[in-house]
Amino acid sequence: MTNMAASKSYTLPADLPLDSGEALAGVEIAYETYGELNEDKSNAILICHALTGDQYVASDHPVTGKPGWWVRMVGPDKPIDTNRFHVICANVIGSCMGSSGPASLASDGQPYAMRFPVITIRDMVRGQIALLDGLGISQLHTVIGGSMGGMQALSLAANFPTRAARVLVLASTARHSAQNIAFHEVGRQAIMADPNWQEGDYYAGAAPDAGLAVARMAAHITYLSEEGLTDKFGRRLQNRDTKSFGFDADFQVESYLRYQGSGFTQRFDANSYLYITRAMDYFDLAEEFASGEGDAKLADAFAGHARGEGARFCLVSFDTDWLYPTAESRHIVHALNAVGAPVSFVELSAPYGHDSFLLDVPALDRVVEGFLK
Amino acid sequence: MSSLLRPDLEVIASHIAPGTRVLDIGCGDGALLAELQTRHNVDARGMEIDAERVEKCVARGLSVMQGDANRDLAQYPDKSFDYAILSQTLQTSVRPDLMLDELLRVGRRAFVSFPNFAHWRTRAALMFGGKMPVTRALPVSWYATQNIHHVTIADFRELLAEKEVAVEQQWFFSSDKPIGAASANWRGEFAVFLLSRD
Repeated sequence: MTNMAASKSYTLPADLPLDSGEALAGVEIAYETYGELNEDKSNAILICHALTGDQYVASDHPVTGKPGWWVRMVGPDKPIDTNRFHVICANVIGSCMGSSGPASLASDGQPYAMRFPVITIRDMVRGQIALLDGLGISQLHTVIGGSMGGMQALSLAANFPTRAARVLVLASTARHSAQNIAFHEVGRQAIMADPNWQEGDYYAGAAPDAGLAVARMAAHITYLSEEGLTDKFGRRLQNRDTKSFGFDADFQVESYLRYQGSGFTQRFDANSYLYITRAMDYFDLAEEFASGEGDAKLADAFAGHARGEGARFCLVSFDTDWLYPTAESRHIVHALNAVGAPVSFVELSAPYGHDSFLLDVPALDRVVEGFLK
Repeated sequence: MSSLLRPDLEVIASHIAPGTRVLDIGCGDGALLAELQTRHNVDARGMEIDAERVEKCVARGLSVMQGDANRDLAQYPDKSFDYAILSQTLQTSVRPDLMLDELLRVGRRAFVSFPNFAHWRTRAALMFGGKMPVTRALPVSWYATQNIHHVTIADFRELLAEKEVAVEQQWFFSSDKPIGAASANWRGEFAVFLLSRD
């Protein structure tokens, strides 16, 4: 992994206060933009990326050379039309594509490593808002995010209710479940069990690539549906006619996961993976707004949108997503209805599991385009 | 008024005041919502059980949530809307009586429209054919229809009286033409009621 200089970077003028009580000085936010900002700055769309995503939504990734992660959705005449909108996507703090994270240098000139403070989804959003302040954008046309990006979109709507006129949340949740946390813990333990991890101080030597690859492999399974895996690989063998009676990648699915795992280590920092998964695990929007007694009500998080005074919302789930299943989106929709916020919701049918929001689902294109009208 | 709307929806659209808040339950492809939103400046929201129809609604810029009215109306606070609309859906609900209560809980007023099972064509089909009617108003065979609780105008009036629901206005249609209330239970194919409860 390389700590890239992004094409655009903004240094926050003030320390960034964090949920942990700490504050982070000299925060850098790396971001990309597409399309022109109009004169009254009313056509800006903020796209929030997912766990291992980055700011390269619709431009080639500088490390892998692959096309942007959402080129099918963002661009001229695409559903998020850059002829019409000014699209902003910033690398989240804690990540490793140019924004401040554990691989960044602390004031002593050494990488933070595990000295980087533990951050939350709300801290990421504070970073996004600070960037918008710097760009002079007081209200977004829309904030959009899938998966962890959806958590940021929800957090932005809850904490900064006037900053976005529309909120589009795809395949996401308002809280991490025990199962979500459990899968993340497997990934973190794989990284920390790698002897190269060295309590996080590996930047001068070999990185814990084996651990990070296993973390990615485990997570990748959760992004796909069983049906998708079966269709794609079944029990087919990889470049061989019979089983090897050994531990090579006999099956195509093994080979695929190994490829995914090792490819990931080329572009991602293991410590960033620890910090960002932690932020997701800590995410519970209702808890953030709990008034104290009794059960935290998610509706309280959306008080700023009561009686249709705030943003319009749209939530989309996918029927094969078992990571953030439809019930999680419904839970959010119920809370929004309880405060009277205008909300659309649809469960789309797609075979690709959680990853459906990134893939070829024409119905999603229509929903996104329609919601931005 | 748009001539593309069904007659019952036209009546409803023309009796909703601008600037009000409306929930259309079972909104289908959003024809009424679109009319209300664009021409009547109404805060119009919809609920629809069918995902493809919801997708069409959202794609045309409407606020519609995929949901089952038998279950999901419970999430709206009391009097969330000026009007709750249930067009051609009452007879498909699990418990029409409880649905009516929910309508008048989430809405200050409710529009309810339904096909009248006591229309003379329906009566004739039963009396002379001895078979469940398949008519213009009820086009689907008994085994495939979603209409699990057929209702007549007289039945509905009885239910309203039992529940002490006030009828503010009522309209009846035969072959898409308005007809009077007196003969509605045998001449009316469709009924539309505007209801309220103190």
